[in-house]
Amino acid sequence: MKVPMTEYLCVDLDSEKWECRVCNHEIGPATKGYKEGMLVYDRDPREIHPPIIDPEKYRFTFSPDPEWVRILEYYCPHCGTMVETEYAVPGHPPLHDMQPDLPALRAQWAKRGEVTVPVVGPAVTADQGHSH
Amino acid sequence: MNDIATPVKAKTPSAEELALIKKFLSDTTLFLGPDPEIMQNHDLMPRTEAEDEAIRKMSDAHTIAKIRDRIQAGCDEGYEMVEQMGAAPGAKWGDVITGVYSASGDLAIASAGGVLIFSALVHHPIKFIIKNWMNDPTVGVREGDGFIHNDSRYGNVHNTDQSMILPIFHEGKLVCWVASTVHEGENGAIEPGGMPSMAESPCDEGLKMSPFKVAENYEIKRDILTFLQNSVREPKLQYEDMKVKLFACLRIKQRIEETLKTDGPSALVSTLRLTMENVRAEVKRRISEWPDMTVRTYIIQDSTLRENCVVKINCKLTKTGDRLIFDFRGSAPEFTNRPTNTIVAGLKGMLAQVFLCYVWPDLPRGQAAFAPIEVITDPHSIVNCSYDAPNSQSLMSIFTGFTAGQHAVAKFLYSCPEKYTKVHAPTFNMINTFIWGGVSQHGETLGNLCADLNGMGAGATVDRDGEHALAPIFATMADIGEQELNEEDVPFLQLVSKKMTRDAIAPGKYRGGQGYTMIVATKDSEQWGFMTTCQGAKIPPLQGLFGGYACGAYPLSKVKGVDVYDVLLDTPEKFKHSIEEIMNEQPFEGASYTTHHMGMGFEISKRGELFMISQGAGAGYGDLLERDPAGVIRDIEQGLISPAVAERLYKVKFDPATLAINHDATAAARDAERKARVARGVPYAEFVKSWNKPTPPSHLQYFGCWGDDVGKLYMGDVGKYREAAAPRPNYMPHPKDVRIAELEARLAALGALGGEKQ
Ligand SMILES: [Zn+2]
Repeated sequence: MKVPMTEYLCVDLDSEKWECRVCNHEIGPATKGYKEGMLVYDRDPREIHPPIIDPEKYRFTFSPDPEWVRILEYYCPHCGTMVETEYAVPGHPPLHDMQPDLPALRAQWAKRGEVTVPVVGPAVTADQGHSH
Repeated sequence: MNDIATPVKAKTPSAEELALIKKFLSDTTLFLGPDPEIMQNHDLMPRTEAEDEAIRKMSDAHTIAKIRDRIQAGCDEGYEMVEQMGAAPGAKWGDVITGVYSASGDLAIASAGGVLIFSALVHHPIKFIIKNWMNDPTVGVREGDGFIHNDSRYGNVHNTDQSMILPIFHEGKLVCWVASTVHEGENGAIEPGGMPSMAESPCDEGLKMSPFKVAENYEIKRDILTFLQNSVREPKLQYEDMKVKLFACLRIKQRIEETLKTDGPSALVSTLRLTMENVRAEVKRRISEWPDMTVRTYIIQDSTLRENCVVKINCKLTKTGDRLIFDFRGSAPEFTNRPTNTIVAGLKGMLAQVFLCYVWPDLPRGQAAFAPIEVITDPHSIVNCSYDAPNSQSLMSIFTGFTAGQHAVAKFLYSCPEKYTKVHAPTFNMINTFIWGGVSQHGETLGNLCADLNGMGAGATVDRDGEHALAPIFATMADIGEQELNEEDVPFLQLVSKKMTRDAIAPGKYRGGQGYTMIVATKDSEQWGFMTTCQGAKIPPLQGLFGGYACGAYPLSKVKGVDVYDVLLDTPEKFKHSIEEIMNEQPFEGASYTTHHMGMGFEISKRGELFMISQGAGAGYGDLLERDPAGVIRDIEQGLISPAVAERLYKVKFDPATLAINHDATAAARDAERKARVARGVPYAEFVKSWNKPTPPSHLQYFGCWGDDVGKLYMGDVGKYREAAAPRPNYMPHPKDVRIAELEARLAALGALGGEKQ
């Protein structure tokens, strides 16, 4: 059984592997962090959050300071989907951000049965009653 | 060496002696400080005999639901009263809560709107009153009494929030408490507005009211009121809002008395208790539906509001069965002389807000929703500070702690089939607004803030973009208010207001809701100034979710040496309506244009000088290459993003004149980008070899743990740290002294110190 854990990742409870939900690529053992099966890119934050005011003139520009923070981009090595980002202090070890307890997960899902499309959650709709 | 210091084997006291010692100590207590037994516990008090008996008499679910709705309506009525009649801007725009507390002091039912962070906080002062004043012959708790409180160390967010607390009696017996809490603003601190960032000790933070009696026979005592009015910059506000809170409490009391008449005291007591117990049990059930997992995240504060530095909020969230444990160990040590520390109850209150507003908004509002959730911190840390640490800017740590929680929780919720809201990327978390003060055009002394702090951009969700300038994370039902109304009372204008700041983006498959620009200039007062109290000018205070990006950075820009009101009169075409144009084009000759971090201490402004900031964006969700191209074009049309940035980031190809999308070219560009990612991305094992460093970078002043080693907390330098469990002082030098030292070093290097004697 496969359990969708994030927008782009699922855990295959039978093989105990992380898988890409976009291309079904087997990323690596679910006993370890999925990031260990990813490609990583050290992104200069100014490329994503462009300076709004002139960096030649000003110390602060609306861009994060690239000497203070970097964006680690994690890509699926097969399809190139950006599975996660991590705003990191330069040199700070990447976090093992999701560490599921596999036996517990298996027991929990044994009772539920497989879902292919995760539950989205209730939509908030506008009230029709009161207006002025 | 004297004899007294010579160690001798201690005699073990007898039981009788122990009792005597205990009595002696309790009879001769010099000072009733915040009680750790009260302050470290956020769970419900044990069920009392009276509650047991009440439940035996009445536990019918329908009756309980009926009474709960009546009490809830009473709380909402009290809330409306404070909002409509309160003088503080915070009151007018919903920074308020009203509630009914059990006889033991637990908040059973709170108003639906308002600042729910209070729901896990303001029970502490009531418990202090119960423990210390109830049986004290010099104080006592009687019908008609009203207690005031604001000192956060006894249970509050910060001491700009004031509570009015009333005990409710029935036939001489205490049955419950009612209280109303408002963000009042002014409190007599070293800076106006109630949240001084210049505070270096609790003594700089203004009025520190431990819970004490200010009303008898439902009347405010004039002598104490006069003292309080003399202690703040807004004496009128102090009086008006004490009255408003008192009358709101009295209205709730009236609703309780109606219930007592129709259903009797047992039904009321039973309703309050069972509501809490049922919510607590339901929360544990809901948690058990989550996957058993550990999630790690961290959020960086990039300043103390006085200087830029790197301050870590470290969060490990573990769920096992029906237990949920927030572990904030490894977060930065407390600052001895900076006010960004929070008491741990403040952090818990804000985490409660994650659940009550963003995860389980259907639950009855009260203390019970967070009661079973556990929180671990290091002692004397920035998220659990000591009595001696200033905390007037605790919002910085409370809000970044909230975001760590919100980010971690989202990773649990995705797979859980039982959902009450949609999975949500972090919402913007800084109060990007102007705090102001001085003497108004009407000659009144004022100190408060623009309600634009309530306009934080929302995070994107699993299937839609984040909403712009939606609501503050601490009060999801609050409003931004009408700036034009405010301008009748204050001597400045927001020359640009509510205009979205272009390119201040948080991209993703669904983008974050953006923030708007605020440009203010003083007009009709020579004694008026501003301050800003936010982090995030160098490092975003958020993380993105599932491949989405966080927001960017938000600085403060100033234009001085210009009277923009003269410009508007004489050459109005020179005025521009964006920070981008004003700072890049520098349209006013002879003016100075500067940028700063967002921790501007109170600064007197001259007529027509510009202070310019932007509200922030919530985080994005998902891979931006999956964003619907039509959504990208819509963002261009709405002025949220410039065409060049949109094309470069989202790889959408369109006609520059008509914005017509070329779908084939877009698909090709996105395919090419995915291939480019695979080409430039480095396998993890290889990447960490060059990326991972054993210590924080030497060019940054870094506070908190590095990597997973939560036992060692850095204190600004690679060589300076403390063991997590062993607190040490953590002083910051005055930023001006740092600057003077830098400049003197440069003079010395040039040999230009001029032989000055040392
Ligand atoms: Zn893939």
